[in-house]
Amino acid sequence: MRVVYTDVLVIGGGLAGLRVAIGARRRGHDAIVLSLVPPKRSHSAAAQGGMQASLANVTKGQGDNEDVHFEDTVKGSDWGADQQVVRMFVNTAPKAVRELAAWGVPWSRVRQGDRQVIINGEKVTITERDAAHGLVAQRDFGGTRKWRTCYVSDGTGHAMLFAVGDRAIAEGIPVHERTEALALIHDGKRCYGAIVRDLITGEITAYVARATAIATGGAGRVYRVTTNAVICEGIGAALALETGIVPLGNMEAVQFHPTGIFPAGILVTEGCRGDGGLLRDASGHRFMPDYEPEKKELASRDVVSRRMEEHIRKGNAAKSRFGEHLWLDITLLGRKHIEHNLREVKEICQYFLGVDPADQWIPVRPAQHYTMGGVRTDHTGQTPALRGLFAAGEAACWDMHGFNRLGGNSVAETVVAGMIVGEFIADFVESPEGEIDIPTAVLREALAAERGKLDVLLKGSGSEQADTLKAEMQQTMTDNVGIFRTGADLQRAVDKLQELLVRSRNIGLRSRRDGPNPELVTAYRVQKMIKVALCVAQGALTRTESRGAHFREDFPRRNDAEWLRRTLATWSDPRATLPTLNYEALDVGRMELPPGWRGYGNKDYVDHPDTPQRAAEVAKLRETLGDAGRHSVQAALMPYEHLLPAGLRGRNERIDEKLPP
Amino acid sequence: MSSVTDSAPPAAAIPPADAPKRMLHFHVLRHDPQDPVSIPHFEVFELEEAPGMTLFIALNEIREQLDPSLAFDFVCRAGICGSCGMVVNGRPGLACRTLTQDLPAEISLAPLPAFELIADLSVNTGKWMRGMSERLETWVHSLGQEADLSRLEERMDPELADRIYELDRCIECGCCVAACGTARMREDFVGAVGLNKIARFALDPRDQRTDQDFYELVGNDDGVFGCMTLLGCHDVCPKQLPLQTQIAFLRRKMVKAGL
Repeated sequence: MRVVYTDVLVIGGGLAGLRVAIGARRRGHDAIVLSLVPPKRSHSAAAQGGMQASLANVTKGQGDNEDVHFEDTVKGSDWGADQQVVRMFVNTAPKAVRELAAWGVPWSRVRQGDRQVIINGEKVTITERDAAHGLVAQRDFGGTRKWRTCYVSDGTGHAMLFAVGDRAIAEGIPVHERTEALALIHDGKRCYGAIVRDLITGEITAYVARATAIATGGAGRVYRVTTNAVICEGIGAALALETGIVPLGNMEAVQFHPTGIFPAGILVTEGCRGDGGLLRDASGHRFMPDYEPEKKELASRDVVSRRMEEHIRKGNAAKSRFGEHLWLDITLLGRKHIEHNLREVKEICQYFLGVDPADQWIPVRPAQHYTMGGVRTDHTGQTPALRGLFAAGEAACWDMHGFNRLGGNSVAETVVAGMIVGEFIADFVESPEGEIDIPTAVLREALAAERGKLDVLLKGSGSEQADTLKAEMQQTMTDNVGIFRTGADLQRAVDKLQELLVRSRNIGLRSRRDGPNPELVTAYRVQKMIKVALCVAQGALTRTESRGAHFREDFPRRNDAEWLRRTLATWSDPRATLPTLNYEALDVGRMELPPGWRGYGNKDYVDHPDTPQRAAEVAKLRETLGDAGRHSVQAALMPYEHLLPAGLRGRNERIDEKLPP
Repeated sequence: MSSVTDSAPPAAAIPPADAPKRMLHFHVLRHDPQDPVSIPHFEVFELEEAPGMTLFIALNEIREQLDPSLAFDFVCRAGICGSCGMVVNGRPGLACRTLTQDLPAEISLAPLPAFELIADLSVNTGKWMRGMSERLETWVHSLGQEADLSRLEERMDPELADRIYELDRCIECGCCVAACGTARMREDFVGAVGLNKIARFALDPRDQRTDQDFYELVGNDDGVFGCMTLLGCHDVCPKQLPLQTQIAFLRRKMVKAGL
């Protein structure tokens, strides 16, 4: 029996996982990171455009602070987010940018004086302040009232991942590359680590840990058309789901990014539109102002994606042999800007489309992009259902994005959650609860169970092909659980996915060696992925309202009265073909920002019965406290600072908000 | 109406539909070093070319339709993660962004040399890169106290930040090592990837290491003096990093430091 022991086991070597491990290590605990791939190849590297943090260095960011970032994020979420978690996030984001600056991220910096930018299609001259010269710069992104997105050209995620990856090496944290967790070890109350397969040798090992963190990113690959890397298959969520007791939150909340290049689905950053790029239709018409006169191309992603699909349905799409699409026009930004600030975009267009985006338009269409839902945790990142199990980043639902995430908030979440959860996981390990006492029989049985499943695949006589099941699942999701959803389509998806799940229990392999066998990997993963896809589809079918990225054509209104609730999906019976759905109400009475109109998108919604009273309370408190200062007002409306780890509390300095020396 | 609102669509971005279809032959070097009876050999797979086909699409089609055991690595499939370095018709490059239309109908694919072979086209670049990072300590060494995260960040000249990013764009794909004459002869040679990292940290004022410190790391034949200036690295770098200039610059700097 192969057993490895560590204090903290982190499953996933992207930004969130690495930062959790660094946090634990810095508190003196051993940590091991498991990663399917070398960690610097993680999907975090694909975050191009930037990371939101209210530093307010640039002129167009002046007046920005945590309050504005908070409001933008909650409105973006269509009030689905946990507002206390959003507060924790917005207060930590500036600290995260500054930590990364100290670790070597070459953030693009402010240059004092005049510069020309494109705003709403017009050339505008902006003057940057002398006081900001050399500080971290911000660009514009969708759904934000200030320029808040800190960036490194358009390779932000790459630069962040390399700095954090190298910091993990500096801290001596072992990363077990090309290993994959197959199941969590637990006794129904406490998590003890994971059963792990070596993707090179095929060996399986029990990794025993006092605390385990899932940081495996999103589940984009349950869809056929996605911007996600091929490793983003929702396996971390499935590991939690397969415990039978840990719920996944809001899996139906799936983001579609407006500008996937067509047809490959590769992302071009929101920075294209943030920097002034326009969306055009077949006839070259800029159509977004017709739908969204206020935010135009820079409404939130759910709204822009819906408007694009709506415009396509009205017959305005450009046509190619691959199907219908629209155009992203960044030619007006000029070659110099594109080659300097959007160089990854330029490379992608050049290599995958044979297009020079300084001269030609880019064919785009919305593509699956982000999983707002995930392993449901509390504000510390721990799952209440299974002690010792944590989750962070896109894999988690602690829940700062609700039903729609703002651009620039995901890569920010990875490091912020890593900082916060890293501290809480260390606290947990140091607490009496952090001790473990596990009989070897439990490990042996857990290993035997996984060995048995692998042997059924390797030696069994099943007749289904794993690749085929995966392709059918992906097509089903893209066809029926997309941007516009209806009860009929969703029911079709649920039925089909249930059929696929049953068939996935009868997979036979053509290639029967253990070790580096890609077919075996597809086989055991697709069994998990179909369950995750069912959580998405069943959650969407049951949620008879529209909120954020979840849009039901048959229920087009947001319905706070009935649906200001978080979906919790569990899979208690391994033989079942559907998850069990439960709901967790959001408490309007504690919200700092009671539900209202987002400022873009649909103005028509049904209020929660508690909303008018809470709105009145909030208005009264604001009036009473008047000039008490924004921090006092905030503390009176919704205290949150006590929820943060002690080291991450405290205000953030800005040019216009000096801290006492 | 203004040009902002309406504008003529550009010439079609997509090539015409009537391009003749080719049959492609992929000659793939197969080997499983864990299998005692495996002998390295080329296996030929035939596929019909499709519009916009990349090696990512082609290899996945081969795996789905012809041989489910074929091992290769892709992650982002967008040319940014560096997973899919392989030797395509004799030249190291990123497979995901290589279009078959830019290749002849006979295509040979081999794993990157100089790295440990996992199977077929999959090599262990991660292990090599981690070893290199540990040896060269590829992180910012700040000697003073940790930054106060609640305070304004340290300022940096915008130009300098851009120059650091230019070198920071390396994706550790390993193509430069595979194309390097020295790396073939000296197992411990740090490669252009390692030398570029030293140049990157030498440029970064947040890293307080001196030239003497860097000399200790690369002032020998496994470092900058091992380079024979064949500059295959520079020719194949998928990110077009200025490796030639950086190696020359570093060599002069290290000669001075060594005196």
